[in-house]
Amino acid sequence: MIENKNTKDFEFTKKNLEQVKKIFSKYPDDQKVSAVMPLLDLAMRQIGGWVTESAIKHISSMLNIPFIRAYEVASFYSMFNLEPIGKNFIQICTTTSCWLRGSDNILEVCKKHLNVKNNQTTKDGLFTLKEVECLGACVNAPMVQINDNYYEDLDTESFLNILDSLKEGKKIDIGPQNKKRKGAEPLGSA
Amino acid sequence: MKKVYVNDKVVSVPDTATVMQACELAGEEIPRVCYHESLSIAGNCRMCLVEVENAAKPVASCAFPVAEGMKINTKSDKVKKARKGVMEFLLINHPLDCPICDQGGECDLQDQSLYYGKSYSRFEENKRAVEDKDFGPLVKTVMTRCIHCTRCVRFLDEVAGTHELGAINRGEQMEIASVVEEGITSELSGNIIDLCPVGALTSKPYAFKARSWELIHHDTIDITDGLGSNLILDEFQGEIKRVLPRFNEDINQEWISDKSRFSYDGLDVQRLDKPFIRDDKNKLIPSDWKTSLNNVTGLLKKYKSDEIAAISGSLTDVETMFVAKELFNSLGIYNLDCRFNGSNFKINNRTDWLFNSKIIGTDKIDKLFIIGCDPKREATVLNARIRKRWLSGDLEIITLCTPNDLTYETTSLGDDVSLLSDPSFLTDIKSFFNGAKYPMIILGDSILSTVEGEKIHSIVKSLSDNCEIIRDGWNGFCVLSAYASRSGGLEIGFLPSKGGLNVKQIKKKISEKKIKLLFLIEADDFDLSDLDIKSTKIIYLGHHGDKHATKAEIILPITAFTEKKALYVNIEGRPQFTKKIIQNKGIAVDSWKIFRALADNFNLKFSYNNHEQLLNKIYKLHPEISFINQIISSEWKSFKSSSIKLKTLKSNFAVVNYYQTCPVTRASNNMANCRKRFLKKDESKFNG
Repeated sequence: MIENKNTKDFEFTKKNLEQVKKIFSKYPDDQKVSAVMPLLDLAMRQIGGWVTESAIKHISSMLNIPFIRAYEVASFYSMFNLEPIGKNFIQICTTTSCWLRGSDNILEVCKKHLNVKNNQTTKDGLFTLKEVECLGACVNAPMVQINDNYYEDLDTESFLNILDSLKEGKKIDIGPQNKKRKGAEPLGSA
Repeated sequence: MKKVYVNDKVVSVPDTATVMQACELAGEEIPRVCYHESLSIAGNCRMCLVEVENAAKPVASCAFPVAEGMKINTKSDKVKKARKGVMEFLLINHPLDCPICDQGGECDLQDQSLYYGKSYSRFEENKRAVEDKDFGPLVKTVMTRCIHCTRCVRFLDEVAGTHELGAINRGEQMEIASVVEEGITSELSGNIIDLCPVGALTSKPYAFKARSWELIHHDTIDITDGLGSNLILDEFQGEIKRVLPRFNEDINQEWISDKSRFSYDGLDVQRLDKPFIRDDKNKLIPSDWKTSLNNVTGLLKKYKSDEIAAISGSLTDVETMFVAKELFNSLGIYNLDCRFNGSNFKINNRTDWLFNSKIIGTDKIDKLFIIGCDPKREATVLNARIRKRWLSGDLEIITLCTPNDLTYETTSLGDDVSLLSDPSFLTDIKSFFNGAKYPMIILGDSILSTVEGEKIHSIVKSLSDNCEIIRDGWNGFCVLSAYASRSGGLEIGFLPSKGGLNVKQIKKKISEKKIKLLFLIEADDFDLSDLDIKSTKIIYLGHHGDKHATKAEIILPITAFTEKKALYVNIEGRPQFTKKIIQNKGIAVDSWKIFRALADNFNLKFSYNNHEQLLNKIYKLHPEISFINQIISSEWKSFKSSSIKLKTLKSNFAVVNYYQTCPVTRASNNMANCRKRFLKKDESKFNG
């Protein structure tokens, strides 16, 4: 059973309903069920980073599938949050490449700086920390994902800088943070 | 057909066969945990790995199609090693608690780890633990034992059609869970206990009651509904410990409903073990057989024959109704009826009330019209079979006066019975059945018990003829009754004759105080609630002190279906025997013997003195039921009715209380728990 913290009935906003139509148009008539993932994502963005039980129920009835089938999908993928998260959702990759390049340090620093444990949200509701598996940016290891953005080539200093900037609402560049790369080109060449 | 080689042995297999089926045809045993013949293929346990020539890795044989000339090896070292490896993985998180596990001794994982696993463990890490789930009063969970074969999930999806279980989360965190608060509400939920290859899902009522190797298995049949599902009753030290389905492709395949499976505990409580007689102070006092039978004889002599009536109930066997009929008719009493629920229709021959297409016939229907019944709760296993047929496609179903939660898609024509007499209705139905190869109409016994029952029966019969439901080699006119005794009673004719009264008329006469003596033969479901019965004396035959026992003048205790060998006829007209498994309670006797003894009191010469002689007489007079477990079909008599008008009558004939429908199920604690848990919403609708 999911613990239901939000009992309000979920409905897509008018603007998002347009989006729903677009999503449905991408799938053949007999395979509309495949829209379950983009719809969950859309609902998650509308609610603010997580999906409620009523949202999953709403989507399952839109797709005409049993609730449990949609819930299985939502619980299977780590990208769907089933609990409320902070304003900035920090996902730190600790899989091999990042780990070799010092992701453990970044995780430690993060925990200390924000005073949270893994899967916890800060008291001010600004940050949620989650340790995740590979996010596919191994060339620029170590990296973290905050909301929709990747921050790469990190060290503890640049990472703390990001956290502080986010806290103060300052704008920060996304992508590599070591000022040596723009993308995924080899470090030594130029 | 394709030719394949299994361990160098040539076998020819159907084109669509899987590697596993080919191996089985070649006589090779393939271990499996997730694969099950009646469910879809999941291929996630990997226990069925075999080697296929030119394949880089061992393949999962359950999900791999055969190809012409394929060379399969099931005995190579590679296969053995693969199986050992898979078993080692399966056992990583499986607890070593077989000694306290109810599945122990009949566990697929236990057996397979013995034959295909390693003899020692290399696992030194911590095992994971999973929180147990609450699936209700029937299914006990020990989720740490679960190996995620997903059989239960697939069963509820495909067979039961309730979609209540799922595999949530992933990897190490994966769990089988229900997201519905009530648990598993399906009427077929008990089957997931049989399907579970490990001890994750076990029977709650059977928990720690016996070990599987101590049980004595008895083959018998189910009498909680009209299907006559085949059962295995497991006995230990003279008590029924559990009930399992017995495979019968023609009836229940390998499923049984929860009512058949879990109501056995009702056989031990509230039992009548001696006769009771009402004394001058209006109290029921214990008595003996001689006195009570003499009193019954006295009452029979005291009243005129048209002041006496007898009604048999849902659990009455053929023998009892046969002997009772013979006795009453010899005494000039013709007010007999076995249709205690008041269902009423004209009978030409057997096809008027049989499930003529047979249960197995539902496997090929292509157009179905359901009228006035609730197959999900009146014939649960049959309903699952219709769902299976529906899932395989090309089946159109329309319904009238039927609940809409039948687990398959239906087009409802509404809840108004009078639609049947609408002139345009016939053309609509005709066009619906147009082009159907195997059309079927299921007519509920429930709708026949309404005031318009007799007319509805005529209309539907005529409709069946008009729509050519009956054709060469196919009779799709099916009457669905929810009672085990019904077909038997109709078969031997426990019905009013020579101007006798039927149930509805008997009821009316009771209210007019013209019936002075009423025999209720296990007929607790005969509705007396709105009748004044002060001037009617009731002779109560029953094994449970159920609804009407307290109203009785004389109570005669009889045996339940586990205590007697008795004949029951199912809805198809298939005679089957129950088996005597446990001892009679107290001085209770088989009910037919009571009427046989009464015959002696009247100096009537009946030609049978034991069960065998009685059966021979029944077989001689009713050859249609003389072949056990076989169906003798009867010829359909063409029937055209002239226009009949029906009154408006709105109902969907949904069974409100599925769990408590007969004296045994009403006495059962398990069934009471189910009602409390699963029918909470409808609690206000129950009466008594």
